[in-house]
Amino acid sequence: MSHIKIQLKEAQVNQLKEVCRSFDNDPGELINVLHKAQGIFGYLPAEVQEVVARELQLPVAKVYGVVTFYSFFTMQPKGLHPISICMGTACYVRGAEKVLDEFRRILNINVGESTADGKFSISCLRCVGACGLAPVVTIGEKVYGRVSPDGVKDILREYEF
Amino acid sequence: MSKYMVNLKINNIPVTVEEGTTILEAARKLNISIPTLCYHEDLSVAGNCRVCLVEVAGAKNLAASCAAPVSEGMEVNTNSKNVRTSRRHVVELLLSEHNADCTKCFKNGHCELQDLASEYRIGDHVFIDLVKPQDKVVDISSPSIQKDDSKCIRCQRCVRTCSELQSVSALAVCYKGDHQRISTFLSKPLHEVVCTNCGQCVNRCPTGALTERTYIEEVWDAINDPTKHVVVETAPAVRVALGEDLGIETGTRVTGKMVSALRHVGFDSVLDTDFTADLTILEEGNELLRRLKKALVEKDETVRLPMFTSCSPGWIKFIEHTYSDFLPHLSTCKSPQQMFGALAKTYYAQKKNINAKNMVVVSIMPCTAKKFESGRPEMRDSGYQDVDYVLTTRELAMMIKQAGIDFAKMEDTAYDSIMGDSTGAGVIFGNTGGVMEAALRTAYEVVTGREVPFANLNIVPVRGMEGVKEAKVMIKDVLPEWSFLEGVELSVAIAHGLANANKVVQAVRDGKASYHFIEIMGCPGGCIGGGGQPIPTNPEIRQKRADAIYAEDEGLPKRKSHDNPEVLHLYKEFLGEPLGHKSHDLLHTHYKARKRY
Repeated sequence: MSHIKIQLKEAQVNQLKEVCRSFDNDPGELINVLHKAQGIFGYLPAEVQEVVARELQLPVAKVYGVVTFYSFFTMQPKGLHPISICMGTACYVRGAEKVLDEFRRILNINVGESTADGKFSISCLRCVGACGLAPVVTIGEKVYGRVSPDGVKDILREYEF
Repeated sequence: MSKYMVNLKINNIPVTVEEGTTILEAARKLNISIPTLCYHEDLSVAGNCRVCLVEVAGAKNLAASCAAPVSEGMEVNTNSKNVRTSRRHVVELLLSEHNADCTKCFKNGHCELQDLASEYRIGDHVFIDLVKPQDKVVDISSPSIQKDDSKCIRCQRCVRTCSELQSVSALAVCYKGDHQRISTFLSKPLHEVVCTNCGQCVNRCPTGALTERTYIEEVWDAINDPTKHVVVETAPAVRVALGEDLGIETGTRVTGKMVSALRHVGFDSVLDTDFTADLTILEEGNELLRRLKKALVEKDETVRLPMFTSCSPGWIKFIEHTYSDFLPHLSTCKSPQQMFGALAKTYYAQKKNINAKNMVVVSIMPCTAKKFESGRPEMRDSGYQDVDYVLTTRELAMMIKQAGIDFAKMEDTAYDSIMGDSTGAGVIFGNTGGVMEAALRTAYEVVTGREVPFANLNIVPVRGMEGVKEAKVMIKDVLPEWSFLEGVELSVAIAHGLANANKVVQAVRDGKASYHFIEIMGCPGGCIGGGGQPIPTNPEIRQKRADAIYAEDEGLPKRKSHDNPEVLHLYKEFLGEPLGHKSHDLLHTHYKARKRY
């Protein structure tokens, strides 16, 4: 759950309204609207959900229900450098969880959260198709293979941690 | 017969029902009981609790009888070993996620899950306790309703109630899997969202997850304090429902017994909200006539019509959140509860020589929203909080039991005087259409000098359980001062339950309907179906209570608010005239917009 208070700029609100309009403000298109909205903002903060609810004439609690139901939707902003740790079978058996724990320990955040300065966020994913390199971590577009817990600090240093 | 009929057997007993009937409904026709939790007669079918499982011959799996329609030749067994074992497992699984601190729970003894646990003799812990510690934090932000997620079985009756019956949707199903829970937007406290405090969810929650905030102990403390003069007022709908919680048949009027019991409980003055219901009619009726005059004669464009009633605090909060542009349409009259409080601490205190500072006003209401209403900043016109504590019908029943009173054996006694007399018009405030009927009985007579042209004063078109009702009354041969109303056909509408209210306001806003006066009650059936009434509730129970209200009305010697001798005395001795200066100070108010999103 996000407690970060943001103020949407008028232009952003208008952009969001335009997205709703492109779906005829149809409440049945809620998921599509949220999908697009997340594409614009990167995440779905409370303020975005409120605008969507108002435009589609839906109760805001219902919008929140949908946002929290689907794992694709997130209410947390992604960091400047989004870190994804692969939890697929191959990576997992080769110690991905220990790697994840090390990221969490060093950055002091949990999966799905961002650091206070907005620089890093951690998420998990399932298989990037590089099982031979397990365990695999991606940061932004860059892929790191055979990551060990000891190597985590060095990786983060590349991003001026 | 227009519908196709289906023959089936349940437990080898043949039964014929209409196509589309569910197995559960067919079984009930045979008086075969099947347990349910998520099913509720007032709501759509969810089929998620799985406790109503039955065996259908030839089917691979057990069927949820609340959701499964009957078919020709079907053979159903509601009591096989497989059915009993499966139901027991379902209840065990629900209990594994349920904080079963039954002895401490407000719903102890009135809990549907507890009943099932006892029926199926669930004792051994087959499944481990999965109640999450974070769910054990009880939301007591609202003065009306408390929400305890650790008791929730996610049957979603509350979610369906809030959206289907009330069109409020303060609650939704959020998250998924074992994280699923019933939540407000952003998991905000109930007090900070669009919840109207109507308590319909409380009426339908099968466990103790949603209950009223209780103030029984505070009231006992006041009663036991010798320096306090404790005044109690009772709403119209309480007298036709209280018996249900005290072992008396549904639909029984217990007015006299209740008055006696309240004295035994220890209240110093036992008075009646019906008195201020009559008073409301005089104020609101005159307000309507004044608005009509301003609109029709003075062509004052600031006057807003239709005028909406303002007695129901659930409706008030709903309009504040949802239709704040319609607030000027609301009658400025406070609700009868609040008029009562404001007068108790001024008029009654003066006449009875009681220091208002030492007075505690307790109201017994069929309503949870009244708890919120009494704490509103607008409701302190006596110089104090006008009404100190609001108890539901259920809480009063508990107090009567705690006091060791054998309710059925109570003698009938009458209310105390100067704010205890009432007419039939005050009583029918408890039913949907009742405020309208009472207002018409008075307004018509004020304008024409004659009684309303309906047999025995019963204005049948405004009665009944239809969601939205309309009526028209032709005004003819008026008294000279009301000549501007000659030949006007007064057009009125009545809605009960906020989903119906929503429809009416939408229609008015869209210009699809035009009325002079609209009565709105926030709960299905009006106050007799209020969120503070005995549990369970269903259409049949509400009809019995409504019938009892009309019987009470017919049994009273006076049936028009303007005939109430104590109200007339109040105007003569204290208020002056309807809509006068004192009325304005004590009995009227305005409401403000609230955020919807």
